[in-house]
Amino acid sequence: MNLFNFFKRGGSAPVARDRLQILLAYERKGQGPSELLFILREEILAVVGRHVEINPERVTVQMDRGDKVSILEVEIEVPNTVRAQPGGGRKKRAALRPA
Amino acid sequence: MAKVVVVTSGKGGVGKTTSTAALGVALAKLGQNVVIIDFDVGLRNLDLVMGAERRVVYDFINVTQGVAKLSQALIRDKRLDRLALLPASQTRDKDALTEEGVLSVITSLRKMFDWVICDSPAGIERGATLAMRFADEAIIVTNPEVSSVRDSDRIIGILDAKTVRAERGERVAKHLLITRYDQARAARGEMLTIDDVLEILSTPLLGIVPESEEVLRASNLGAPVTFNNPGSGPARAYFDAARRLLGEDIEMTIPTDKQSLFGKLFGRRAA
Repeated sequence: MNLFNFFKRGGSAPVARDRLQILLAYERKGQGPSELLFILREEILAVVGRHVEINPERVTVQMDRGDKVSILEVEIEVPNTVRAQPGGGRKKRAALRPA
Repeated sequence: MAKVVVVTSGKGGVGKTTSTAALGVALAKLGQNVVIIDFDVGLRNLDLVMGAERRVVYDFINVTQGVAKLSQALIRDKRLDRLALLPASQTRDKDALTEEGVLSVITSLRKMFDWVICDSPAGIERGATLAMRFADEAIIVTNPEVSSVRDSDRIIGILDAKTVRAERGERVAKHLLITRYDQARAARGEMLTIDDVLEILSTPLLGIVPESEEVLRASNLGAPVTFNNPGSGPARAYFDAARRLLGEDIEMTIPTDKQSLFGKLFGRRAA
């Protein structure tokens, strides 16, 4: 250990504190909304899936967080051969035009 | 009314089992009827720390599966008759513990004891979430070290979301127990201070357990510090924490092991 290191020693705790504060501020921000996205994804899938066949893996739900507003983006891929599924006794054709 | 307390941390090796055992003994010595439950299915250790490893016949899962009665699985402490232990199973079946099983055992224990203390496994998986599921209060064991503090923060978030109380819109009372604290190193800026940890986690402090040789000695002997050496720094810290759990207002100190003058001068820990 050289003399420089000797004098530098002992100051690692403030570094730890700063790193934690930055990391946790970021992780806490992510915590709530990711849970929300999970719930939204499940419920949207259930509602859409009641009417059209969808592949759960071809669904993306994401949130673009902005300063004033955030944008919830839902992208569901619907196969071209859309088949209406019987929903709760009523016959209802899903009017979906694949893009 | 009995209180169900989970001792949790997220990170492993920070002192959950040691703290469960030491607090269980302290509460029992203060006149409370206490049961400590090991939730670490497959890796039970609370029995060993309590010195009861040779007395385990039936376990938690035997009770939930109806193989044994609760009274058969509970191990009464030989030194303190107000203290009992419910050991975990050594099964490798991760799904052996069910929410219904845990609820039924905890409901029965609530009627028999003043305190039901659940020693959580590390991690955030099934065992850990079941250990906290029915808790009224939580003790978050944290070392003044970055990974432990980060994991505690995560566990606090889970306590606020995944417990029955949280789902009912109620609150799980949370207490922070800082263990392995070395005041000298913190003073030299080598270790996060108590204030640093409190500021980061913003959770009320239950106690500060100093780093001490007594803790390893206690687990070697199978006798928690609060039994074995009640005058030692960690034991006094655990007694103070137990009193705070009972609602007493006790000034927060960092109890240290009493050292001889020689020890004070030359006994600085290597490492």
